[in-house]
Amino acid sequence: MFTLIGGTAILALLLFFAIRNSAVQVAQSAQDNILGASVTSILDAAVIWDGIVEIDIPYASFSMLSTPMDDRVFYAIYQDETFLSGYPDLVIAPTADREISFETTKYQGQFVRVTTASRTLIGKDKRIQIRVALAQTQDALSGTLDQISQNAALFVTGFFALATLLSFWATSATIGQLKRLTNSVTRRGPQDLSPFEKPVPLEMLPLVVSLNSLMARLDHSLSQSEEFIAEAAHRVRTPLATVRSYAEATLQRVDKKENRQAIRSMIRAIDESSRAAGQLLDHAMITFRADHLERQDIDLVGLINELVTRLTPIAEMKDLKLQLQTDKQVPYSGDPILIQNAVRNLLDNALKYSPSDGTVDVFVTATPNIRIGVCDSGKGFPEAELDTLATRFSRGSNAEGTIGSGLGLTIAMDVAAAHGGSLQLSNRPEGGACALLLL
Amino acid sequence: MRFIVTLILWLLPQVLVSQTWEDQQFFNEGPSKQVLRIISSTDTALFAPIIESFVAQTPNISVEYLVTGTADIDLRFRENPETFDLVISSAMDLQFKAANDGLARRLPNIVHPAWAQWRQSLFAFTSEPAAIVINRDAFAGHPIPNTRQELIQAMRARPEIFRGRIGTYDVRQSGLGYLFATQDARASETYWRLMEVMGALELRLYCCSGEMIDDLSDGTIAVAYNVLGSYAKARVESKDKIQVVFPADFPTTMMRTAMVSSQAQHPEIAAAFIQHLITLQSLANEKPFPLPPLNSQLNEAEHATIALEPALMTFLDALKRQSFLAEWEDAVIHNN
Repeated sequence: MFTLIGGTAILALLLFFAIRNSAVQVAQSAQDNILGASVTSILDAAVIWDGIVEIDIPYASFSMLSTPMDDRVFYAIYQDETFLSGYPDLVIAPTADREISFETTKYQGQFVRVTTASRTLIGKDKRIQIRVALAQTQDALSGTLDQISQNAALFVTGFFALATLLSFWATSATIGQLKRLTNSVTRRGPQDLSPFEKPVPLEMLPLVVSLNSLMARLDHSLSQSEEFIAEAAHRVRTPLATVRSYAEATLQRVDKKENRQAIRSMIRAIDESSRAAGQLLDHAMITFRADHLERQDIDLVGLINELVTRLTPIAEMKDLKLQLQTDKQVPYSGDPILIQNAVRNLLDNALKYSPSDGTVDVFVTATPNIRIGVCDSGKGFPEAELDTLATRFSRGSNAEGTIGSGLGLTIAMDVAAAHGGSLQLSNRPEGGACALLLL
Repeated sequence: MRFIVTLILWLLPQVLVSQTWEDQQFFNEGPSKQVLRIISSTDTALFAPIIESFVAQTPNISVEYLVTGTADIDLRFRENPETFDLVISSAMDLQFKAANDGLARRLPNIVHPAWAQWRQSLFAFTSEPAAIVINRDAFAGHPIPNTRQELIQAMRARPEIFRGRIGTYDVRQSGLGYLFATQDARASETYWRLMEVMGALELRLYCCSGEMIDDLSDGTIAVAYNVLGSYAKARVESKDKIQVVFPADFPTTMMRTAMVSSQAQHPEIAAAFIQHLITLQSLANEKPFPLPPLNSQLNEAEHATIALEPALMTFLDALKRQSFLAEWEDAVIHNN
C-alpha cells in the first residue's frame, strides 16, 4: 500500500511540474507575442522625412501592453548608434533586420522581458537602421503563473488524495475481507463445520471454496465416525444384554464360592460395557440433535418431575432419597429430549456416587437465571480436576470402583453449550458434588 | 510677433522665480510636528477642505501645501523626489510616467478600483471633464455652442467678436493642456480644424486655468477652450457672467491623481493621506467638498475618461512630442 501511495506522490509531483512548465511557456509566449506586435507597430511608424527620421508611435502600441497587474513599460529607440528617444539606459542588443529577439534581463531592479527589433529605412543617399527595444516587467506573468501553480497544486493534491483514498479502499477491501475470513475461522467452535457464506471478493473465491470443501469433507468423515460409533455401540449393547441374562441365570445355578465371585465380576463388567455403549449412543444422538437444534416451548418443572419420577424406583433400590425442589413453573424454549438426557446423566452420576442412605437434591429455578441443579452427598469432585472433568472419557481420580464411561458430564456440557448455556461443577461445603446446568 | 512677446512674458517669470511657488500654505502648523510636504497643481482653495479634515484627525501632523503648474511639478519632483511626500497633479500622463519610472511608492494596502489606480502606486481621486467656458455677454442673442463643430461655426460667423478673444492652454508649458490636446487630437480631426480656426483668430495662450478664467470673467476673452469646469464653477463671484459647456460630441475627462514619492520622508503619513483622500472623494458627496468626486459612471459610458494605461506615455515620447508640437504650432501660431 505504501508503495502505491509513494508512487502516486511521485506521479503527482511530476504532474505538477509538467503543468507549471507548460504554463510558463504558454504565458511567456503570450507576453512575447504582444511585445512583438507592439515593437513591430512602432517600427512600422518610422518614416524618413526630408532626411530626418520621424516615428509617430501609435497610441495602440503602448495601449496593448496594459496588463491586469499594471506592468511597467520601458523602451528605447536608436537611429544607427544614436539614441533618439525613450529610456537611454535600456541596453539594446544588435539585431538583424526584421528579426525580433526576446530576452529576460534586469532593469531598474526588476526582471523585464526585452524585445528588440530593427528596420532599415532607405533615404535619398543613405540607409538608416532604426532599432527599437521594448521592455515590460513580468508581474502579470508571474501573477498568472502563481494562479496556475495554485490551481495545479490544488488539482494535484486532489489527485493524490483521491489516489491515496482509493489505495486505502482497495487494500481494506481485500485485506479486510481476508481478516474477516480469518476471524470467522478462528472464532468457530470445534463443532461448527458449516460452509462460509459471507460475501467474499472474487479473488478470494477459490480459497473459500476449497476451505468449504475441506470443511465438508471433515464434517462428512466426522459424522461417519460418529455413525460408526453409534452403530458399534448399538451392535454391542444387544448381545451384552443376552450375555448378562445368561450370566444371571448361571449365577443362580453355581454354588461354588469362587465361581459365584467370578460370575459377579463378569456381570459387573458387562454392566459397565452396556452403560458405556448406552452413553456412546446418547452422545452420538446429542451431537446430531445439538447440530440441528430445534427449540420448542416447554416447562422445565414438568420435564424434570417426570424424569425424577421415572428414576425414583432405581434410587429406592439403592436406598437413596431423591428430593425435587422447584419453582412453580419454569418455561423455557429448548430441546426437551436433550435437556432430559443431560439431567438424566447428571442424576445417574449422583445416584452412582452417593453412598447408601444418602440424599440427592434436584432443583429447578427460574431466577436469577434458569438453572437445573443436581447435588449428591458423595465424596465430591476432586478439586484439582474441576476444569477437566467434563472432557470426553475422563473420570475423576476418586471414581475407582464405580462403573462409568466418563461421557456423562460431556453430554451435559454439550447440551448446555447447544442451548447457549454452560455446565458448572462445584463441591458443597457440607460434602457432596454439585452440577449446575445453566441455560 | 505677438506670440513671441507673449512667450517671453510667460517664460520670463518662469525662469526668474523657478524656485518660488504659485502658492505655499501651512496647515496645522506647530513646533515639533511632522511635516507632510505635498506638491500639487490643484488650487489651494479647492484642496484646503480635504487637508483640514485630514489634520483634524491627526493633530500631530502639519501639512505644507505647495502649488505649481503640472509641467513644473514633473520637473521639480524628478529633480528632488526626496523633498516631497505626495505629488498631486491633473496631468495624468506625466504622473503615469513618473510612476512607471519607479518614482512612486507602491501602497498595497489601499483598496481602489482597478480603473482608478495603476500598480497600487498612482491613485485617481476626481473625474473632471474638459469644458468650453464662454462669456455670456459675447453670446447674447446667439445660440450657445454645444459641440466643437458649433463652436467653429460660431467663430467663423462672427470673427470680429472673437478675434484675439479666444483662450486655451499653451500646450508647450502646461502638462494638463498638452494632455487634453493630445487626447482631443487622438479622438477626432475636429481638434485640428478647431485649432486652425482659433489660430486664425489670434488665439491667446495661457499657462494656467486661473488666469484664463480671470480674463474670461472680465470679458477680455469670450471663449476658453479645454478648461477644467471645476475651476470655472469655483468662481462664485463670476457665476452669472460665464457658462460652462461640456462638448456633446466627445467629452474628454481626466482624473486627478495622487502618488507617494518613492523617497518620501513620511511614507506612512502620506499613505494615510491618500487613503483619506480617496475615501472622501469616493463617498457620494457626504460633505460638500469643492473637488468633483471620482465618478465611475462617466468611465463606463463611451470610454470618455482617459485611461490610466501605458499608452499615456505615447505622447510623452520625445519624437512624438516634437512632431505633435510642430503640428500644433503650425496650426495655432503660424496661422496668426
